[in-house]
Amino acid sequence: MSTTKTTVTLNEAGRLAVLQEMRRDPTIWVLGEDVARGGLWGQYRGFLDEFGPERIVSTPISEATIMGAGLGAALVGTRPIIEMRIFDFVMCAMDELVNQIAKVRYMFGGQAKPSVVVRMPHGMWRNSAAQHSQMLEAWFAHLPGVTIAVPSSAADEAGLLVTAIRSDDPVLFFDPKDLWSVEGEVSDVIEPIPFGKANCLHEGADVTMVTWSAMVPHARTATKTLSADGIKVDLLDLRTIWPWDEDAVAASVRKTGRLLVVHEAVEVGGFGGEVVARIVERLGPQSLKVAQRLGAPRIPIPFSPPLENEIRVTPDKIVAKVKGFMT
Amino acid sequence: MSEAKPAAPASAGPGAGPGADQGAGPGAGHNISRLTDLFRTMVRIRTFEETALEAHKAGEIPGPLHVSIGQEAVASGICTNLRRDDRLTSNHRGHGHVLAKGADPNRMALELFGREGGYCRGKGGSMHIADFSVGMLGANGVVSGGIPIAVGAAQGLKLLKSDAIAVCFFGDGAMNRGPFLEGFNWAALYKLPVLFVCEDNAVAAFTATKTVTAGPGVTARSEALGVPALSVDGNDAVAVDEAASRLIAEVRRGAPRLLHARTFRWTGHTSTDPAAWRDQAEVEAWKACCPIAKLEATLTGRGITKSAITAIRDEARTEMTTARASANAANWPDSAIAYDDVQDTGAILRGTTA
Repeated sequence: MSTTKTTVTLNEAGRLAVLQEMRRDPTIWVLGEDVARGGLWGQYRGFLDEFGPERIVSTPISEATIMGAGLGAALVGTRPIIEMRIFDFVMCAMDELVNQIAKVRYMFGGQAKPSVVVRMPHGMWRNSAAQHSQMLEAWFAHLPGVTIAVPSSAADEAGLLVTAIRSDDPVLFFDPKDLWSVEGEVSDVIEPIPFGKANCLHEGADVTMVTWSAMVPHARTATKTLSADGIKVDLLDLRTIWPWDEDAVAASVRKTGRLLVVHEAVEVGGFGGEVVARIVERLGPQSLKVAQRLGAPRIPIPFSPPLENEIRVTPDKIVAKVKGFMT
Repeated sequence: MSEAKPAAPASAGPGAGPGADQGAGPGAGHNISRLTDLFRTMVRIRTFEETALEAHKAGEIPGPLHVSIGQEAVASGICTNLRRDDRLTSNHRGHGHVLAKGADPNRMALELFGREGGYCRGKGGSMHIADFSVGMLGANGVVSGGIPIAVGAAQGLKLLKSDAIAVCFFGDGAMNRGPFLEGFNWAALYKLPVLFVCEDNAVAAFTATKTVTAGPGVTARSEALGVPALSVDGNDAVAVDEAASRLIAEVRRGAPRLLHARTFRWTGHTSTDPAAWRDQAEVEAWKACCPIAKLEATLTGRGITKSAITAIRDEARTEMTTARASANAANWPDSAIAYDDVQDTGAILRGTTA
């Protein structure tokens, strides 16, 4: 294990993780729009010079083939990183993701190894409106055959990305757009972070708060506010929603008896519903005083700042929700 | 590409084709053993599918079958030019492609029957047969689904500095889907070693393709996207073989090509479709151009005896009848198999307990 650490942005942490892995393994390559110029978000800055155009492949705006070609290249033994630019464009590649990537290993009886990482920067970001702001990670939790990473910190972005790249399972990697500039420490040798292990960000005996991705900073702020008001929160960042750390959440809820799941995504049909249902099933309804969700209303994401702010889950809304059931 | 003749009615003709013999008449550019191999492959495909249809009718095979009876010359003529490490993607009508690439009909039958020992362990069935050991990367239930996968396979092979190529079989219906445009542009742009094969059987599911397709056709679309194309009589195995030989040599040097093979599906869309909707006169006219009968005539003309022909047919019949019997005798897969081959990371079997 390395001990040297550097403070970098989440975006840079992701860049360093891919850089480390591409230097280690010449079969890893990146394909997606504008990646040769560093990617839309600069997450591949400098890669073209080091790895050349055969491993940093700037593609046409052809999402179906970006996704499908990534799969085909995996099937002959390479390890592609499929860059979707922003999450919302994956809708143009759904057959290749849902019918092909997620299925081939199973459907062909274990012969196929779809070792791809699909990077899909998601979520609200500077008033980008309805087609550039979505979080639909719950759709993919419903899809057998894929794993799903939803990091919120620089260290997790780096460590989970290393795990994703080394995984033979297809990994859907949701970079949190709104947290690109958040800073944190990253080791000079980035170790993989196992999937399915939640990160406990704050300990408390009153409420279990479960969240991920861009909601983590808001949940931390709310946790501080609640703490000052005497409400102690066990705050868990799931980090991956498939697999997800059911054991950690169950252990926490056994202690607190209260569960709140917070996500940026629309509340209806969101992954919060799965977490609540599973914990209630596992612990029994009698062992919970509260099991609730907090997400966005079921409307498309509007453009204008006051409208976007209206639907956004904020620290204030989280605090109000918790105080609502604590009284 | 000077040879490209969109919708050209004639075969590519002999020339740079394989084989050693020279002389007049059909198949003259081919040595006799190559012609015999082509014939044997076609007969094996036909017999496999006829046997599968019989088994389906008898209730031995669950689920529908999409058979390619009448189209055997395309799979045979292409695959005879491929190496074992060349990769193949196929469509929902892929039995012939899989068999011609070298898969074992016994394991194919086990998969069709849903029995233990099938290629996909009973998880794929007729529509999803794959045999990675012979480079067959899978048949595909989505029209044009194999196109992006094939170009990616070619790109991966290029990155790995392999000289193997990718071959992508698709039907005429696929040219109206987006991945056709994306994948052809992509292959030309990156100069990928991929041979596209449009197996044009004139019908997309239940609809005559010409009634839903504008413009001058698949070769024109291909050329417009920078992929040189060649059109051949897809019921002439020798013509397909010769064209494939030429195109594959070019593909192996690092350039995509399209082979447009004009053929005809004798049957309905699936094994449950009696095909009463088809123009019977048209079907009968195409049956009169049977690719197997055509090559048989060529072989006879080259001095192959009737009894040798009959022996090839009998061998195929025995082989496929045995495959059917073995599949019927095989065990059903253990139910635990339903839960593997899906995900290594973390707990996965949610829904099976609690």
